[in-house]
Amino acid sequence: MNLFLEISFASLATGLHNSLTASITSEMTVKVIEMAIAGLSLLLFLVPLCFFLGYMERKVAAFMQVRLGPNRVGPKGSMQIVADTVKLLFKEGLTPTASDRFLFNLAPIIVVVTSMLVMAPIAFARNFQIWDTSIGVLYVSSMSSIAVIGILMAGWSSYNKYSLLGAMRSGAQIVSYELSVGLSLISIVILTGSLRMSDIVMSQENGWWIFKGHIPILISFVIFIIASTAEINRAPFDLAEAEQELTAGFHTEYSGMKFAMFLLAEYINLFIVSAIAATLFLGGWMPFHIGHWQTFNHVMDFIPSSLWFLGKTFAIIFIIMQFRWTFPRLRVDQLLNLEWKYLLPISMVNVLLVTVMAIMGWHF
Amino acid sequence: MFLKEYFTTIYKSVRSLLKGMKLTGYYFTHPKEIQTEEYPDNRATLQMFDRFKGEVVMPHDEHNEHRCTGCQACEIACPNGTIKIITKQELQPDGKKKKAIDTFVYHLELCTMCNLCVIACPSDAIVMAQTFEHSVYDKKQLKKVLNNPGSKIMEGVE
Repeated sequence: MNLFLEISFASLATGLHNSLTASITSEMTVKVIEMAIAGLSLLLFLVPLCFFLGYMERKVAAFMQVRLGPNRVGPKGSMQIVADTVKLLFKEGLTPTASDRFLFNLAPIIVVVTSMLVMAPIAFARNFQIWDTSIGVLYVSSMSSIAVIGILMAGWSSYNKYSLLGAMRSGAQIVSYELSVGLSLISIVILTGSLRMSDIVMSQENGWWIFKGHIPILISFVIFIIASTAEINRAPFDLAEAEQELTAGFHTEYSGMKFAMFLLAEYINLFIVSAIAATLFLGGWMPFHIGHWQTFNHVMDFIPSSLWFLGKTFAIIFIIMQFRWTFPRLRVDQLLNLEWKYLLPISMVNVLLVTVMAIMGWHF
Repeated sequence: MFLKEYFTTIYKSVRSLLKGMKLTGYYFTHPKEIQTEEYPDNRATLQMFDRFKGEVVMPHDEHNEHRCTGCQACEIACPNGTIKIITKQELQPDGKKKKAIDTFVYHLELCTMCNLCVIACPSDAIVMAQTFEHSVYDKKQLKKVLNNPGSKIMEGVE
């Protein structure tokens, strides 16, 4: 039991570092090798994650719609996504002749790369972060904004007026909802006093922020979830890319691997948004402690921190998926209406409330 | 006034959204409600619903009697000529000749299962069966004769 508990991601990382410094003298080489290993392990984590999320989406959708979902390919249909990916790989990656070739090929790359870059400051377990920077939250927020460029590029370079319209609508949507997301993030930063991810997680040692900062943080959390679903172009805010709308919007002209990259980026974004919500509002890898219940807290401590983090993230992913299969799609004017007339004013008033709460110390 | 309306809108919409989520949450947590028929794995126990329109059959009772009078209402009602009735003149016990059905030709390959023939029949002679596995390799097998050989009309019909 003791041996099992001692194997954690952090100890793996330190063990690897020690063995590398022991065998290789040049510090630069060690750094480069470590960076390569980190990048490679991130990629190896992300691709099976997307397979799993794709499978989860289809099964969750099916159960919510009183049907079964994929159940023929592989046990319980688990190989269905693999089959779909292989199909996409074999498809012809058609580039329209009149399109702007450079931008057309660059757009999916930008969208995928910016999504993957945001994975850097996320803390997956205790002492297990790729990059613990003092501007963690700011970095996350700004990287998600750069993805808009990729989408606009995709719409423009397709040489298709419907793609352009879809991209414009998507750009407007993402840019407006970023404000609400930013204000929700700021409300936590006010309470914590730091942008650093590890500080935010450590400040939740005595309780998750969603419990400590009661009503204003709850409002913040709800606004964050709603605005983030709009940020990642997911239903019910997927007017720009749904199959029935504008013939799939900005990624109409994409096929094969480039289309698979857009799908990959969408699922990675889903994971990131849930991970950020879990880190900021639900305590990241902090276990669930209740006040002074010593035995309960002790039992909770046995569950490894990575499991806590993944559990919380997948709970939020499930909620976002439930949104997709419960609510009808919003028209583009209803979408922008929601943001500018409801979410943004409420977020602003909420930030004010949180500031007052932080100054007066009216939180736990 | 505007503020009150603003907040009532928010309250009502959040309530309706949560009601929707409750329903999908219910469906997610109750897999017993799943309606999918896992065909062809469940062929042994599969039963279609009562009003299922499979193919047209003429039910015969234990004395090999049917209810078809040969009135050709179904042939007239059929929109694409799937039914062809061949009648004959039968000698009645009291000496009079009466029209009776000789062969009820039914082209399953043409039938659209629209149910109009069943509705048109005045003596409830034909019904829609619940079979749906009609695929065959030889098209001649799809031209069916619905009345059994040696059968005649039941007493009391018309």
